[in-house]
Amino acid sequence: MNTSSSTATPSRLPAAKRKHPLLRNLPAKLAATPMIATALVVFIGCSVWSVVYSFTSSRSLPKEKFVGLKQYDRLFGSSRWTESIENIAIYGICALVFSLLVGFLLAVALDQKIRFENTFRTIFLYPFALSFIVTGLVWQWILNPDFGIQQIIRDIGFSGFEFNLLASREYSVYALVIAGLWQGTGFVMALMLAGLRGIDQDIWKAARVDGIPAWRTYLFIVIPMMRPVFITTLVIIASGIVKVYDLVVALTDGGPGISSEMPAKYVYDYMFGRANLGQALAASTVMLSTVLIILIPWAYLEFRQKRDGDHA
Amino acid sequence: MHSVEPTGRKPRRVLSTRNIILYGFLIVAALYWLLPLYVMIVTSLKGMPEIRLGNVFSPPVEVTFAPWVKAWDSACTGLYCEGLKVGFWNSVQILIPSVIVSIAIASVNGYALSFWRFKGSEFFFTVLLFGAFIPYQIMIYPLVIILRELHLFSTLWAVIIVHTIFGMPILTLLFRNYFASVPAELFKAARVDGAGFWRIFLQIMLPMSLPIFVVAIILQVTGIWNDFLFGVIYAGTRNFPMTVQLNNIVNSSQGVKEYNVNMAATLLTGLLPLVVYFISGKLFVRGIAAGAVKG
Amino acid sequence: MTSSISINNLALSFGEIKVLKDLNLEINDGEFLVLLGSSGCGKSTLLNCIAGLLDINDGQIHIKGRNVTWEEPKDRGIGMVFQSYALYPQMTVKGNLSFGLKNAGLPKSEIESRIKHAAEILQIEPLLKRKPAHLSGGQRQRVAIGRALVRDVDVFLFDEPLSNLDAKLRADLRVEIKRLHHRLQNTMVYVTHDQVEAMTLANRIAIMRDGAIVQLDAPHTIYNKPVNRFVAEFIGSPSMNFVPGKLQTDNAPAFSSGDMHIPLQNYPFDGAGLNNLTGGHDVLLGIRPEHIVTGASLAEVPWSTTVEVDVVEPMGSDTLIWSRLNQQDFRFRVDGQSLLDKGDRVQIGFDPAKICVFDNTTELRL
Repeated sequence: MNTSSSTATPSRLPAAKRKHPLLRNLPAKLAATPMIATALVVFIGCSVWSVVYSFTSSRSLPKEKFVGLKQYDRLFGSSRWTESIENIAIYGICALVFSLLVGFLLAVALDQKIRFENTFRTIFLYPFALSFIVTGLVWQWILNPDFGIQQIIRDIGFSGFEFNLLASREYSVYALVIAGLWQGTGFVMALMLAGLRGIDQDIWKAARVDGIPAWRTYLFIVIPMMRPVFITTLVIIASGIVKVYDLVVALTDGGPGISSEMPAKYVYDYMFGRANLGQALAASTVMLSTVLIILIPWAYLEFRQKRDGDHA
Repeated sequence: MHSVEPTGRKPRRVLSTRNIILYGFLIVAALYWLLPLYVMIVTSLKGMPEIRLGNVFSPPVEVTFAPWVKAWDSACTGLYCEGLKVGFWNSVQILIPSVIVSIAIASVNGYALSFWRFKGSEFFFTVLLFGAFIPYQIMIYPLVIILRELHLFSTLWAVIIVHTIFGMPILTLLFRNYFASVPAELFKAARVDGAGFWRIFLQIMLPMSLPIFVVAIILQVTGIWNDFLFGVIYAGTRNFPMTVQLNNIVNSSQGVKEYNVNMAATLLTGLLPLVVYFISGKLFVRGIAAGAVKG
Repeated sequence: MTSSISINNLALSFGEIKVLKDLNLEINDGEFLVLLGSSGCGKSTLLNCIAGLLDINDGQIHIKGRNVTWEEPKDRGIGMVFQSYALYPQMTVKGNLSFGLKNAGLPKSEIESRIKHAAEILQIEPLLKRKPAHLSGGQRQRVAIGRALVRDVDVFLFDEPLSNLDAKLRADLRVEIKRLHHRLQNTMVYVTHDQVEAMTLANRIAIMRDGAIVQLDAPHTIYNKPVNRFVAEFIGSPSMNFVPGKLQTDNAPAFSSGDMHIPLQNYPFDGAGLNNLTGGHDVLLGIRPEHIVTGASLAEVPWSTTVEVDVVEPMGSDTLIWSRLNQQDFRFRVDGQSLLDKGDRVQIGFDPAKICVFDNTTELRL
C-alpha cells in the first residue's frame, strides 16, 4: 500500500496544495528516523569504520597509520587465533548437528499428541530463558571434577573413571558444546515444532490412507516440506555460534591455557584488555566476512523466493 | 483372537512399543534438561561442609538459606563485598528504560513500515535486518567512540541506547509482521474517517496489538536482563548489571570457593527470566518463533 | 443531470504494470453506478483512486465539481464500505460510528443525533453498545454502512460489500442497499464481481477489463446489446451460445452456417456496421439460452431446426436443456414443467430481434 510515491499532474488548478516530496508522509519519516540512523550510522558506518581501521597499527587509540595487511598476517600467525578458529569449528559443527538432530527429534516426539505436552515443552525450553553466564556457571559446577559427574561415577564404584573436561586441553571445548546444547536445543525444538504444526494435516491423512509408515512420511514428505524452517533455523543457530562469548567467559574463560578460546573473546581481549585495537579490528573483520559468506547466499535465496512469490 | 466381533471403540494398548520408546525418550531428555536446575537448587541450600562431603546431586541433609542471604547481601566481586543486590538494582535501572524506549521506537517503526512506506524505507529495513546477524564485535568500538563523544560512555544511558539499537531489528520485524497481518481495509477505513499517522496508531492499532506488545516485552526483558557484553563494555564499573556481577563473584579467584553461595547467586540472577518464562508460557514460544521463523 | 464524480484520463501503474489506462468516467448525481468485472480487472483499484486511498499517476478526479486529485480521503466528501467490514475491533458499534465524526471535531450533540439517525435507518439501535466480535456478518456490514452514513456525504463507495456473506443474507442486504439508495438519493459507486448484484442494483453498469471500461450502459442495454463478445459472455447465466458462420449481404442481410439460414431484416444493426462489410464476412451469432423459441411461438420466427436433447438440468422455475448444434454444445431454456428427456427431439427457433451478431475478428457487435 504505497500512499506516498505519486506523480499525479492535474492539468487544471488543483484544490489542494501538493507538498514537497520530502515533506510528504512526514510523520512516517520522523518515526523511522531511529531506524535510518541505526542502519546508516551503526550497521553500515561502524562496520566500515572497523574494517578501515583494521588496516592500521592502532594500539590503545585509533590512529590513521595504515600498515596494509600486517594485522591480518599477525592474526593468522597467532596460535591463539588459530586455536580460536579450530574451537569455533568444533563447537559450531557439534552445536549445529546435535541441536538440529535432537531439536527435531524432540519436536517430532512432542507432535505425537502425547500427554503432558506442555510440561515437556516447558522443561526443554526453560534454559533458553537463562543467560549464557548462568548456563556456564551451572555447568562449571556440574562438571567440577571433585564434586560433579566424575566424582559420582567414582562413588558408584568406577574409581578410575575420568571425566574432567574442564581441566583437559583437548576436550575443554566439548564442555562448551554440552552447555550450549543444554541452553539452545529447546529453541530449535520450538522452531521445529512450529514448522511441524504448520504442515497441512491433510498430508498426514493422505499418508495414512496410503499406508505410508510415519517415519517414512517424516523423512520423505515432512522434512522436505520444512526446508525453509530448517534453513532459517540453520542461519539463526550459525549467527549465534559466531557470537558466542559469554558462555566461554563464564564456563572456561578460554582455559585451560588457550584451549577453549573463541574469536569473539579474542576481539574483546585485544580491544579492551591488551589495548591492541588494530589486531582486534582485524579479527572482527574476519568474523564479519565469515558471517557475510553465510548470510548473503541465504538472503539472496529468501529474496528471490519472495519475488517469485509476488509474481505468482 | 477374532472370536469377538469388533464393536464400539477400538481398544488401545497403553504399553505399546511405540509408547515405551516415545515416553522413554522424552523422560530421559527431560531428566537431562532438569538436572542443572535441580543441582543449582540443592547446592544453594547446603552448607559448605556438607558440599565437601557429598556430590552435586545429593539432596541437602540440613536445609540452610544462609548462602542465599550471603549471595544477595555480602558476596565479594573481587573489589567489593556488597553481594548481588547492587547488580540487581543496576539491572533494574537498565531494564526498565531500555524495554520502554526500544519497544516504543520499534513499534512505531514497524507500523510506519507496514502502512506508510516511503521511498527508501524498504532499503533501510533490509539493512536493519542484515544488522541482526552481523557480529556485534565489528560495531563495538566505533560505538564506544560515538558514545564517548556524546559524553554518555560509562553511563546507564549508553547501555540503554545500545540495547535500543541492537534490539531494533528483531522488534521492528516483529511489529512489522504483526501490522502486516492487520487488514488493509481497516487502515483505509480509518483514513476515510479522517485519522492521520499518529491517531491511527494510538487509537486503532495500539489497542488491538496488546498481545504483540506482551511478546515484545517478554523478548526484551529476558534479552536485556541476560545481557553480559553490552553491560560490561558500556555501563561503567558502577553500573555493572547483575550478570557481570555474578560472573565476578563466581570467577573471582580470591579466597575459598563457596559453591553454595555461587549457586544461590546464579539462581538469583536467573530468577527473573525464569519467572517471566513460566508465567508467559506459550507467548514466550510465540515471541521467539515470531521473530525467527518469519525472518 | 449534473455530474457527481468525473474522472478524466486517469492512469495508474504499479511499477511496470499498468493497472488503469487513460480511464474516463462521468457519474451522475444520485446515480447508482456498478463497476463490474472479474478479479484483477482494476475495478477495486479505480474505487480506491476515487476514495484517495491510492495516489494516481496521471489524470484528474473531480467530486461535486471540485478537483480532489490531491485531496486526502477525509476531505473528499465520501463514505466507504469494505468487503471485510473493516470495523475497529476494540471499539463498540457506537465508537465505530463516531470515530470519524470525532476526528472531524463535530460537537457532541451533532454526533449523537447523526448516530441516532443512522441507527434508525439501518435498525442497529440495539447493537450500539456491542463490540464487532459479538455481531453477525449481516449486522457487521450494516454497521459498516452506518459508518459511511453518519458522515453525511454525497458519495458512497462500496467495495464488494456483500461478498463475505452467505447467499440468503446477500439477497436480503442487496434489497436493503437499494432501499437505502431510494431513500437517500445520493451517488453510489459499487464494486462487485457478481452480475446479479450489478443487474439488480445499478442505474448504469460499467464493465471493466484489463484496466479499462469496456461498456457503460443501463443494465438492460448491457444485457440486450452487448458491445462485444466479452460483455456478451460475461453477462447472463448460463452464458450466451455462439455459432460461427458467414454474413450474407446479397439481397437481404442474413446469417448462414451449414444448413442454418437466419434472415436479419429485423436485426437492429448498430450504425455503419453493415455497410462496410462485404458478403461472406466471418461472423459469430450469439443467442442467449432464454431467448430460444419453442412450442407454439415457433410460427412467429423465420427459421427453426430440430435438435436432440443431451442433458436435462431442471432448475425449478425453468429447465436448461443441453444439446448439439453444428457440432457444438448448445444450451436453451424451456418451461420448468416441460417433460423432455434425454434422446427426445425438439424443435427450436431463432428470433432475429433477440440475437447478437459479432465480427469474428474484432469480436465487436455489428
